[in-house]
Amino acid sequence: MEMVCIVCPNGCRLDVERADGQIKVSGNKCKRGEIFAVTELTNPMRSVTSSVATTVAGYPVVSVKTDGEIPKGKIFDLINLLAQITLTQSVPSGTVVARDVFGTGVNVITTTDMEVTNE
Amino acid sequence: MSKHYQIVVVGGGPAGLAAAIKASQSAGVSVLLIEREARLGGILKQCIHDGFGVVRFGEKLSGPEYAERFIKQLAQTGVTVSLFSYVTRMRRGDKGFDITYVCKDGVQNVTCDKIILATGCRERTRNAIFINGDRCAGVYTAGAAQNLVNILGVMPGKRVVILGSGDIGLIMARRLTLEGAKVIGVYEAKPTPSGLTRNIHQCLHDFDIPLHLSSTVTRVFGTNRLESVEISKVDDKMRPIEGTQTTVECDCLVLAVGLIPENELARELGVPLDNRTKGAIVDQNCQTLADGVYACGNALHVNDLVDYVSESGETAGGAAVAESKRKLVPVTLQGKLLYAVPQRLDVNSDLSKVIMYFRASDELSQQRLTVSVGGKTAFTKVYNKLLPPEMERITLDLTGVDLTDGEVTVKLEDK
Ligand SMILES: Cc1cc2nc3c(=O)[nH]c(=O)nc-3n(C[C@H](O)[C@H](O)[C@H](O)COP(=O)(O)OP(=O)(O)OC[C@H]3O[C@@H](n4cnc5c(N)ncnc54)[C@H](O)[C@@H]3O)c2cc1C
Repeated sequence: MEMVCIVCPNGCRLDVERADGQIKVSGNKCKRGEIFAVTELTNPMRSVTSSVATTVAGYPVVSVKTDGEIPKGKIFDLINLLAQITLTQSVPSGTVVARDVFGTGVNVITTTDMEVTNE
Repeated sequence: MSKHYQIVVVGGGPAGLAAAIKASQSAGVSVLLIEREARLGGILKQCIHDGFGVVRFGEKLSGPEYAERFIKQLAQTGVTVSLFSYVTRMRRGDKGFDITYVCKDGVQNVTCDKIILATGCRERTRNAIFINGDRCAGVYTAGAAQNLVNILGVMPGKRVVILGSGDIGLIMARRLTLEGAKVIGVYEAKPTPSGLTRNIHQCLHDFDIPLHLSSTVTRVFGTNRLESVEISKVDDKMRPIEGTQTTVECDCLVLAVGLIPENELARELGVPLDNRTKGAIVDQNCQTLADGVYACGNALHVNDLVDYVSESGETAGGAAVAESKRKLVPVTLQGKLLYAVPQRLDVNSDLSKVIMYFRASDELSQQRLTVSVGGKTAFTKVYNKLLPPEMERITLDLTGVDLTDGEVTVKLEDK
């Protein structure tokens, strides 16, 4: 079966074969492509980027991302979780806004430096 | 008397940041960076998705994170930054160039020896692609919609139709879906999607958003707010086919129909543009045909990877600090090439590491790219697959090659 690796913008076109419990991958330019194909077939994972609300002047919202991947099926649960969060203070990028989401060990962190004034 | 700088960089996006940092690394060079917005970072401020910096940092950063790396570096340099400052006029003057900009203190004038244009690009609008119909609210360019959601935290609509399957359209389809909108579909006039395959997969397939190829929006309806759009199938010349119209109810139309380099200022300086890229014609140092004026980033040609935007900024910034008497030879294109940059080579400056970017004009497989000088092959590379949305980059070493009266050609042909 054919698959497109989404790990990086190279978007390698992978050829994935399943034979007696083994998954064989070709067409990948790097090792990450093989890992991607295997998890995509067994337990697909995604990193998620979004935003959370703030009360800080000049920042109605601030951008955030997961610092690792979460199961694809949890994306909307994460978005609902983020909708509950409002930052009341200006924070540097990399600040954790939600820790260990759904027991995955993954945190949600800000990706914009709010220390810079925006008005 | 107006203040004088050796170099003025216009635009504080990734191209301008890289150019200013690089130029300031030469001892004693005074640099002014002018940006019209409140913060540095350019379009990256609103590109909160990840995928930036894979080539440069080997990491998948979000747009703001990528920009921050350069903003932090800039703070370590002696570059003067002027925010909220809109450059309105540039002229050749007694001391190089006269530059006028408007800022909180009013109208300011400075002079400089060299200009680096890093003004990014503009989005094509409804007018640019001739969609007829009512003049109702609810029609946005993708960048405007992205700014509303990601910077202002406001949703542009609830039921959304997206026109254009380039990366920006795909990214917005996912973003609006995550924020609770119903994206009814992405419509694309071409028979193949324009965005990266990776984005088709993770932005559309992951969320079951349909992609309709060979289809376009031909009319918009709505009294105050958009109420529906008319979709038509198009033929292979992208002309709407009579009788195929259907109506789709929606309150928001997002136009992701292409970018054009921003070149208002370049035109004012008399910088000749390339019809293919819609940006300036430049040599390998990003210097335009107007001596002392450089162009980089999306102002030069629309890039898909920001890593190469930064690279061209560095090329411009590094070259602008040097003095040169140029001798330019043209680069001629042959075969299925959409464009190649640079369009000229300066024989009098370094030719050992000429970076060339090109795009194929069609989806092609098994192609050979050949760069030849006076009929002799100087570089050749075989590509298994080439796609117009994916820009290619090569490095040429032309030292020792006699360019003085040889024509330089770049040719793409079947292997
Ligand atoms: C929606 C979207 C998604 C993208 N996704 C990716 C991705 O996943 N990966 C990737 O690598 N790249 C991506 N890109 C591309 C990348 O972001 C751009 O190529 C890059 O930001 C262009 O940089 P630039 O500095 O040339 O232009 P810009 O970032 O547009 O910066 C130009 C700056 O010039 C300023 N300016 C313009 N005119 C004037 C004036 N007259 N006076 C003062 N200032 C002025 C503007 O305010 C702006 O800040 C994406 C782009 C978009 C729009």
